[in-house]
Amino acid sequence: MHVSLALLLELGLVLIALSVLGTLARRATLSPIPLYLLAGLAFGAAGVPHVPTAGQFLQAGASIGIVLLLLALGLEFSTAEFATSMRHHLPSAGVDLLNAVPGAVAGWWLGLDGVGVLALAGATYISSSGIIARLLGDLRRLGNRETPSVLSVLVLEDFAMAAYLPVLAVLASGGTWWQATVGALVAVGAVLAAFTVSSRWGHHIGRLVEHPDNEQLMLRMLGLTMVVAALAEYVHASAAVGAFLVGLTLTGQLAERARAVIEPLRDLFAAVFFLVIGLSVAPAGMLPVLPAALALAVVTGLTKIFTGRYAASRDGVGPRGRLRAGAALIARGEFSIVIVGLAGARHPVLAPLVSAYVLLLAVAGPLITRFAGARPRWWFLGRFEKV
Amino acid sequence: MDVNEVLLPGVGLRYEFTTQAGDRIGVVARRTGEFEVVGYGGDDPDAGRPLFRLNEDEAEALAQVFGAPRIAERFADLTRELPGLSSAPVRVTPASPYAGSPLGHTRVRTRTGASIVAIVRGPDVIASPGPGEVLRAADVLIVVGTSEGIDGAKRIIRG
Repeated sequence: MHVSLALLLELGLVLIALSVLGTLARRATLSPIPLYLLAGLAFGAAGVPHVPTAGQFLQAGASIGIVLLLLALGLEFSTAEFATSMRHHLPSAGVDLLNAVPGAVAGWWLGLDGVGVLALAGATYISSSGIIARLLGDLRRLGNRETPSVLSVLVLEDFAMAAYLPVLAVLASGGTWWQATVGALVAVGAVLAAFTVSSRWGHHIGRLVEHPDNEQLMLRMLGLTMVVAALAEYVHASAAVGAFLVGLTLTGQLAERARAVIEPLRDLFAAVFFLVIGLSVAPAGMLPVLPAALALAVVTGLTKIFTGRYAASRDGVGPRGRLRAGAALIARGEFSIVIVGLAGARHPVLAPLVSAYVLLLAVAGPLITRFAGARPRWWFLGRFEKV
Repeated sequence: MDVNEVLLPGVGLRYEFTTQAGDRIGVVARRTGEFEVVGYGGDDPDAGRPLFRLNEDEAEALAQVFGAPRIAERFADLTRELPGLSSAPVRVTPASPYAGSPLGHTRVRTRTGASIVAIVRGPDVIASPGPGEVLRAADVLIVVGTSEGIDGAKRIIRG
């Protein structure tokens, strides 16, 4: 077997750089996502894309990353949790749609076509469930009374993504309006079918991949996911959507084990995906869109605070808790970037704009959350001294 | 005691209760098997004050501390009514010859006349276990019988 020295070395250096950034981010209880994006930007500026050996692998890794991100989202999903969230927080989900409006207006104002407007609206709508769930755990706020409202809003957003992503993917792949309509209907039908299958015959599907040995489980999971993702891509419904469907159909204990098994792989390839999105943005192209990204970040930060306050007030939470709920929802992250991954190719302004937007809010969201509605200052200082 | 259960989508469950002493306690049970215990009260009624965190093993150990003696006590109350009959918890140690083998293989009932009426395993109680139930190290068996029978059962299980 021929070992490519250049590939191993380049890849190793990239991964070491990512790990250093990730450690820095975790130390500050921040998400590593913005740092990965920044690393991509920096590598791009420094001419790292001229390392062709690792470049090819990174591109392939990025497509696996988007597939695994969506698979994990699907696995995370539980019909029971969805039903409960729906019962308590349907009006909150309605208020949450407010967050799509600034994105849509900005898209229209920047002269994007319908698909671009839809993509930008989605990017400002979807909070990062990954960043937020982790943040609430790190800040030890899972026991707080406003936390169920925050998590319910996130579950409903993820469900909205189940319908939104296939439609966007089909529309973004081009074609006439009727092709897009048919494709979108097929995609939404597939999502609904996946739900039915998972609630009725989930255990049968589970048997396909179920195996007491974790290694076997991982191989079967990945194999099935990638085949379905490829089929979905073939019918122009996007590989990401196919992976999401696989995740949805697996439920219960199996889903829990599968999550644990694919988690390290997802973390690796998702990091590569964020890096590649960063690489695809020319730093020079980011400067002109920076004011727009900043304005969007401020407006949609405020609309998220409003959403969170409303959701928490439905659960009878007091004013400080309501503010904490609102601040927690600000962070945008992986799915805004996934949207760019789906629709960015045809809209050159989309990738730099959304990257800058996510950079701002993935950093500002956790920081604001940490300080919003915290206990009085003396207590806060005391806590840090102890830790 | 009322225990209030709240779903935390994507994270797990939160249990909430007020002790007789008036402390309001929340327990977050995460899907990953970790537990987080918080106390409420103070200036912000909605914020939980983090008390401690337990991983899966620690939570299991604590559950046994809380659970096993209480369940054994309840059996003791039950058997007090019948003269000559008593009950005792018998722990299956890792060194026990029956750790990992089915309950039926111990033949405790045939040999001693005492019955194993329940197995306390971590937070779970297996009531009237069948002979096929496989014993595990750290299980606590609730044995009901005469005091000689219980001593015999202890000798058999401990090996």
